[in-house]
Amino acid sequence: MAVSVEQKTHGSRYGIGQRRSEAIVKAICYFFLILGGITMVVPFIWMIATSFKPASEIYMGNFFPKAASLDNYREVILKTLFPRWYLNSFICATLSTLSVVFFDSLVGYTLAKYDFPGKNVIFVLILGTLMVPTEMLVIPWYIMSVDLHWADTYWGIIFPGVITGGGIFLMRQFMSGVPNDLIDAARIDGVSEFGLYWRVALPLVKPALAALAIFNFLGNWNAYIWPLIVSSAREMLTLPVGLAYFSGEASTDWHLIMTANTLSVVPLLAVFVIFQRQIIEGIALTGLKG
Amino acid sequence: MFKKLSLRRRQQLWAYAFILIPLFFFLAIRIGPTLFALNVSVREWNILSPEKPFVGLANFERIWQDFQNPKSVVRRAFQNTFSYVIIGVPTQLVLALAIALMLDRITRLVSLFRAIYFIPFVTSTVAISWVWRWMYQPRFGPINLLLSFLGLPEQNFLRDPDQALLSIVAVAIWQGLGFAIIIFLAGLKQIPQMYYEAARIDGANRWQLLRRVTLPLLNPTIVYLVVLQSIRFLRMFTQVITMTRQGDGGPLNSTVTVVLHMYREGFGRYKMGSAAALMVVLFLIIMMITLAQMRLLTRRVEY
Repeated sequence: MAVSVEQKTHGSRYGIGQRRSEAIVKAICYFFLILGGITMVVPFIWMIATSFKPASEIYMGNFFPKAASLDNYREVILKTLFPRWYLNSFICATLSTLSVVFFDSLVGYTLAKYDFPGKNVIFVLILGTLMVPTEMLVIPWYIMSVDLHWADTYWGIIFPGVITGGGIFLMRQFMSGVPNDLIDAARIDGVSEFGLYWRVALPLVKPALAALAIFNFLGNWNAYIWPLIVSSAREMLTLPVGLAYFSGEASTDWHLIMTANTLSVVPLLAVFVIFQRQIIEGIALTGLKG
Repeated sequence: MFKKLSLRRRQQLWAYAFILIPLFFFLAIRIGPTLFALNVSVREWNILSPEKPFVGLANFERIWQDFQNPKSVVRRAFQNTFSYVIIGVPTQLVLALAIALMLDRITRLVSLFRAIYFIPFVTSTVAISWVWRWMYQPRFGPINLLLSFLGLPEQNFLRDPDQALLSIVAVAIWQGLGFAIIIFLAGLKQIPQMYYEAARIDGANRWQLLRRVTLPLLNPTIVYLVVLQSIRFLRMFTQVITMTRQGDGGPLNSTVTVVLHMYREGFGRYKMGSAAALMVVLFLIIMMITLAQMRLLTRRVEY
């Protein structure tokens, strides 16, 4: 099998000597790729392995647990606010993603398919906001949140990201690809303007919408600096912010941190494995266009 | 005529209706706060005191004064931030390009490798930082266990002022590698095969193919990644606050970044004015890099 693949790709173009050197080059490639791949995976395996270790084994230096148990999971789930933080993160990421998917696609559609005075100004304005780093905006956002009593609420956590400039830019690109004839035909058939967006255009950009939804969910699930600033009540923290509470002044409960980490990371890894192709292709597509 | 016009008008009204809420959002949450941040940066803005006096450029002058003092936190923050960029961006791109070229050459398991290298990128930075902080532990951390197993001297990593920054930048490189690889792979796919064939007929060897065909044609991708990753490293915060013991950019300020210093000024000491001024400086740096990218890309994109 290997030989036939080789012949198909290179057999006609190379002599035997070159074919052999090609094989050597490939072997070297595989060697380094596997080595790098191990570096990518080992920290995760270590994290998961540690989550099954009793506290007494933490400083023993064994890679895999000797007496594996679910005690850490029991402690994290039953005796800490971790489930609440999990829920908070889930609610925030879900709400913000629903809003982003709806509004970004609606604005993208409007900018791609309608002509109206001020359109270009609005588009440039939205693109311009992409240049301003979040880190600068957290200061006014915080002052606003204190004044408006948004601190320690879900709205306070999600409001900066319920509509995103990047997503609008992306959706505009894809909405431009929806044929005008189709929209005009539907319009003549009496479909309302909102129906044109909702029932005609939106189904045609589903793959892009899915990519946007996945990235946005990931981004919100992992967001750190803003939730860290806006939430201070312990029951309103998100997962990444809450993790720090396992580390006290005197000692760090590594077994609990690794357990909480595993619980927060593994569902995402599952999502990633399932949608691996779409996510990576989405990155390649949008990354190059952005 | 009248009917056509009114149809047009009606569509325009719909368009405005569709973007009304988003437009209000951008004005209230993005554009307004940007101007508000500029306003805060020229005031002495302590969130606890009702008075917010206008002080002109005093916040910026203080940053400049501190910057000239080699021992100040501001100086260390800017120095470290540039170190993260200068070390992080080239190392990450060279590694990513090498891996992308290798992935481009092999025929099996490509998508498996792609996925594995991408895993850290989709994982939360906080989670990853906690894992690496544990990996770097003296004595009981896996890396030191490995070192002593190999008979090498143990290292202090995050607790050593000379090693802490390198230890943190390594994690940032590690985490962002997958993203750069995917972008490079997409860039490589866009290079027409005929260039390679033509060069091969001319007798070019592998190294010449890389130098004379791949790298020049990959130039737009490289510029794009340099800019994107530079901005990412300029904004370093999460890794440093999570991996340093008091979240202070220690030991001895050896890892503190501009954003972390802003956070401590603004949200630790409530000095919003100087925090905002610091971010305005960062914003200007990011804007210059972005504009430079636009010029570079428009100039070099034709072949």
